[in-house]
Order: sequence, then C-alpha cells, then structure tokens
Amino acid sequence: MSGLLGVLAEAWSEVRVHKARVVLSLVGVFLAVFAMTSVTGLGLIVAQVQQEQAERSGGRAATIGLSAYDPMTGMPPDAARWEAALGGLLNRYGITTYATVGYGEGLFRLPGGTQSLQVTEVSPSYGPLHRIQPVAGRWLREGDRTSLSPALVVNEYLLDLLGGGPLTAPRTVVLGGPQPVTATVVGVVRDGYPQPTVYRVDRSGMDTGAAPAANPLGYGPPTLELWVPDDQADAVISAVQSDLPLALPGLEVQAYRQDSPGLAETLDTLRLAVRGAGAVVLLLGGLGVFNVGMMAVRQRIREIGIRRSFGATSARVFGAIMLESVVATVLAGLAAVALAVVVVRNLPLVDWFNNGVPIADEPGFPVQAAVEGLVAAAGVGALAGLLPALLAVRVKVIDAIRF
Amino acid sequence: MSQLQLTGIGREVRLPDGGVLPILTEVDLTVEAGEHVSIVGRSGSGKSTLLNVLGLLDSPTAGEYLLDGEPTDRLRGRRRARLRGECFGFVFQQFNLLPRRTAAENVAAPLLYARGREFLTRNRAAREVLERVGLGDRADQVPERLSGGEQQRVAIARALVRRPRVVLADEPTGALDVETGRAVMALLAEATAEQGTALVTITHDLAVAALADRQLRLEGGRLTPMAPVVAEVVP
Repeated sequence: MSGLLGVLAEAWSEVRVHKARVVLSLVGVFLAVFAMTSVTGLGLIVAQVQQEQAERSGGRAATIGLSAYDPMTGMPPDAARWEAALGGLLNRYGITTYATVGYGEGLFRLPGGTQSLQVTEVSPSYGPLHRIQPVAGRWLREGDRTSLSPALVVNEYLLDLLGGGPLTAPRTVVLGGPQPVTATVVGVVRDGYPQPTVYRVDRSGMDTGAAPAANPLGYGPPTLELWVPDDQADAVISAVQSDLPLALPGLEVQAYRQDSPGLAETLDTLRLAVRGAGAVVLLLGGLGVFNVGMMAVRQRIREIGIRRSFGATSARVFGAIMLESVVATVLAGLAAVALAVVVVRNLPLVDWFNNGVPIADEPGFPVQAAVEGLVAAAGVGALAGLLPALLAVRVKVIDAIRF
Repeated sequence: MSQLQLTGIGREVRLPDGGVLPILTEVDLTVEAGEHVSIVGRSGSGKSTLLNVLGLLDSPTAGEYLLDGEPTDRLRGRRRARLRGECFGFVFQQFNLLPRRTAAENVAAPLLYARGREFLTRNRAAREVLERVGLGDRADQVPERLSGGEQQRVAIARALVRRPRVVLADEPTGALDVETGRAVMALLAEATAEQGTALVTITHDLAVAALADRQLRLEGGRLTPMAPVVAEVVP
C-alpha cells in the first residue's frame, strides 16, 4: 500500500514541479485526442446522416421493390389483380413487413389558388420503413384508411403554402375534383425540398374523384416494398422474379433492391478512413509526448540516480515514469473528450449535412468515439512513457548521480 | 560483528581496447556501529568507487563485502535497493538536492521509499530533522534560494532522515568555502554521533579527515592506515 501511495505521491510531485513540461506534453495529446475524437464523432454522425438519407430515399436494408406493367401499354395491372397476386406472394413467403407506394396527382385548393400536386399514396408502414418522422403532428396510421377526411402528411414547404405557422392542430385543405373533399393535414415532415411533398394513406375509403388520379405513365406503376433480412434479399428477388409472373401472365414483373446494398460497406470504409485519420493525428500527438518524455528523462537522469540512492527500485522508477505519462495523458484525454463532446453537440450538423432534417436516430455524441479517445490517450501515454521509463531504468546509478 | 566488513575487495573496469583497469585492489575495511572513518586520497585514487561499493551502488569484482554480517554479493535488484535505502544515507559533494522541491520535500524524499508509519509521517519527520540541522525556518525554501552551506545541511538532513546505520559522505565540503565546510562537517559528525550512525567520509582535505576517529589513505586502489591527523578546533 505504501508503495502504491509512494508511486502516486512521486508522480504527483513530478507533475506539480514540472508543470510547464507536463502541460507542454499534454497540449499535444489534448489536441490530438480532441481532433481524433471530434473527427471520429463527426464522422460517425455524418455516416448516420448518410445512412438515414439513403434509407429515406430507398428504404432500410434490405428493401425490395416489386412492380408490374403491361409491356405493350405501359399500364399497371388493375388493382384487384395486383392485390391478389401480391397477397399470395406475401403469404407464401411469410413476409410481414412491407409497404405500398403509388403515385398520382391531386388538385389542392391553396390560399394562393388551386395547384395540381404530385401525391405519394403510401401504406402507414411506409413511414417506419423509410425513417420518416414528422417534425410536427404525426405520421399516417391504419385508422386513417377509413377516415372520411383523407389524412395527409405534407412537407414544410407545402405547409407554408397552406398558410405556414406551426402545426399545433390538424389543418384542412380541400382537394378539388368532381367530388371535392376536405383532407386533413395530420403531420409535417422536413425534407429540405423547395417543392411540395404530399403523402396520403392509400385506400383511404374516399375512393372518389378527390382521390389522386393515378398516373402510371408519368410517375411509374405502384410498387410494393418488401422488407427482408439483408442476407435473404437475393434469394427473395429470384423467388419473386420466378413466382410473380405466374400470377400475372402477360405482365412484365420487376423486382429489385431499392435500398443501397453497398451503403454499409461504403460507410464502413468511411468510418475506417475517419478512424485512420484520427489514429494518424493521435500518433503525431503521441510522438510529441514521446519526445518530451525522452527529453524529460534525459534531464532527470541525475534526479533518477539520486532517487535510486534513496532505495528506489527499478520497478519503482519505471512505475513512476509510466504512471506520470499515463495519468497525464488520460487527464488530457478526458479534457479533450469533454471539449469534443461540447463542440460536436453544439455544431449545427443537421443544417450542414442533412438540410436541416432531424436525424431520426441521432447518436448524440458517439460513445464509441469518446471511449476510443480515452483508450487511445491511455495507450499513447503508455507507449510514450514506455521508452523513457525503460531508459530511466537502464541508467547506471553511479553515472546518473554524476550526470 | 562489524557494521561493514570488506575483505580483499577488488573492482576492475573493462576498457574499450579489451584491457582491464584495476580501481580497487585487495581493500580490507571494517566500520563499527557509530564509528567515524575518513578515507583520504587523491583524485582518481578510487575513493568514490569505494564509497559506491560500500553504499551498494556498485558491486566489487573480487572479495567479500559483509553488511551486518550478511554477504552482499548475492543481493539483487529490489532487495539491494531496499537495503541501500534502509541502511545508508548519502551526502554528495554537489549536494544533489532535487531541484524545485522545497528543503522539506527534499528531506522527505527518501521516506517515499519507506513503508508504513515511516512513509506516512514523512513530512513531519523531515521538518524535525531540518530543525536539528538548524534549518527549521528554511524548510519551505527551494534549493535555488539556499546558500551552499544551507544546501549541504539539507543534504545532511536528508541523509539522516531514515536513521540509517551508515552515512556515506563523498567530499561533503568539496563545494564549500573552508569556513562553511568546517561548520558543515562538524554538524555532520555531531548529527551522526547523536543518533549512533556510522560515518564514512571521503575527502582529500586533511582537516576534514582529522575529525574522524580513524583515518585511512587510498592510493593506487589500495587502502592503508594513515598516521592520525590532529583536528583543528572548529570555531
């Protein structure tokens, strides 16, 4: 116990007496850990943004899009035939998570006049599959299918056209057509697009003239999106490509991956590159600590000799120098990680990298980056202290005293 | 049983050309508890090497060295370091105080390697010894603000703080003027005698040697008795 306390007292005395040197060496580690942790933290957040952007567009891994059309006319199959074929397919393969997507146009009576807008008709499951989270109100749900007032989720641009302001209560808009109907805006999404975006629950029960007019030639046929395990995606595609045409003779069936299958690898590469850059930065910081450590030991050779004459063992000298190095770098690492957390948390990352769209699974400050920063600081301290400590142990006491 | 007993001690160093340079040859020496022995010799006569061997800082290449009757030739690493800390106090010519530490911290430094109560009460013990050497009021001064004589008194306090069995002083007055040197030497002799600690002084100053109970001469690596030198009265 006395030995451990002695090592601590000795290391503390060194840190106290050699403040300038310690601070000098710590500045390097501090900056290195701060840079590495910040860069790693930023990199992980940017990777998350990239992933979410890709998932908003193409769905989560692995999303398979299914569509069919008549090669002669370009028209999709009629709804009953399409649904019958898909129902059989979903049952056969036990696929429980899927979404439907269809595109059309609707007449919106806006304060500035009636506009024909593209409407995306989706099933409520489309939101979770594409990581869509409203910034106000809510996403579409099953109950909306039977609502007499079609439920809509619009983007902020369209909300502005509807009068703007925060969506504190459902807002209505009249959808024109032969039988106009009042639709209810239940949620607002932020997508950063300078054009209107409208999501409407499919089969809303208002199968009237006010429902969006399907325009497969303009926007493509309706699509069924299947969410399947990543490793089964290829097998599902081949099975669908052989099964579905049997249920839809004469139609061209398309089955393809909608998400970005290579995204995980790309992001892994990005993360690796970010960490590699961080490691290089830290290595440079570590070299600084090492240099200062080596110089310090050379300057302290006489002192080490004197301490050996007091009865300091090799292990004690080694331990004191290592401890000094590790404790100092860990303290610097802690301070650097804390500053990195404050800086990264307060940077407008969402504005910079995601057009102001909130991150659905915002990682906050990646714990991994903080842990890596601290471990790296301790590692650098140990490595940077190792050679100076070995050098100190190898000093011949007699020579050291006369140094 | 003698505190220190050297029999036929030799110390050689190997030269880069493969030759061997004898530094100590057939040295016989005994030091009794509380005894004050001085060893006189010219520069290069091997005085410091002998002191290093005595203080377990160096190992002889021949002969036998008994410390309290125990052979030291098989002592290694930790045990050797521990015995060095417990049994010996060193006073160096250049004081060798730890820079930028106060006098009290310097004196307490050897107790960092002690255990138990000795370790825990090191600061109080350091101040007590500083009082004994007349530096109680300078305990919080760093060496850079102390005179040469004061620095050597701090070094003496540091050598005594663990109550060693033997204090080994290597030219303790070598960096001091004559008058200060005498005062410091008198203090060293008195303080060691007071706590029953043996004192081995290495010097080329006959006046310093004269303060010892026994004087020896080291010449060409050989230790021989010396005719007693009459000590001058220290004012």
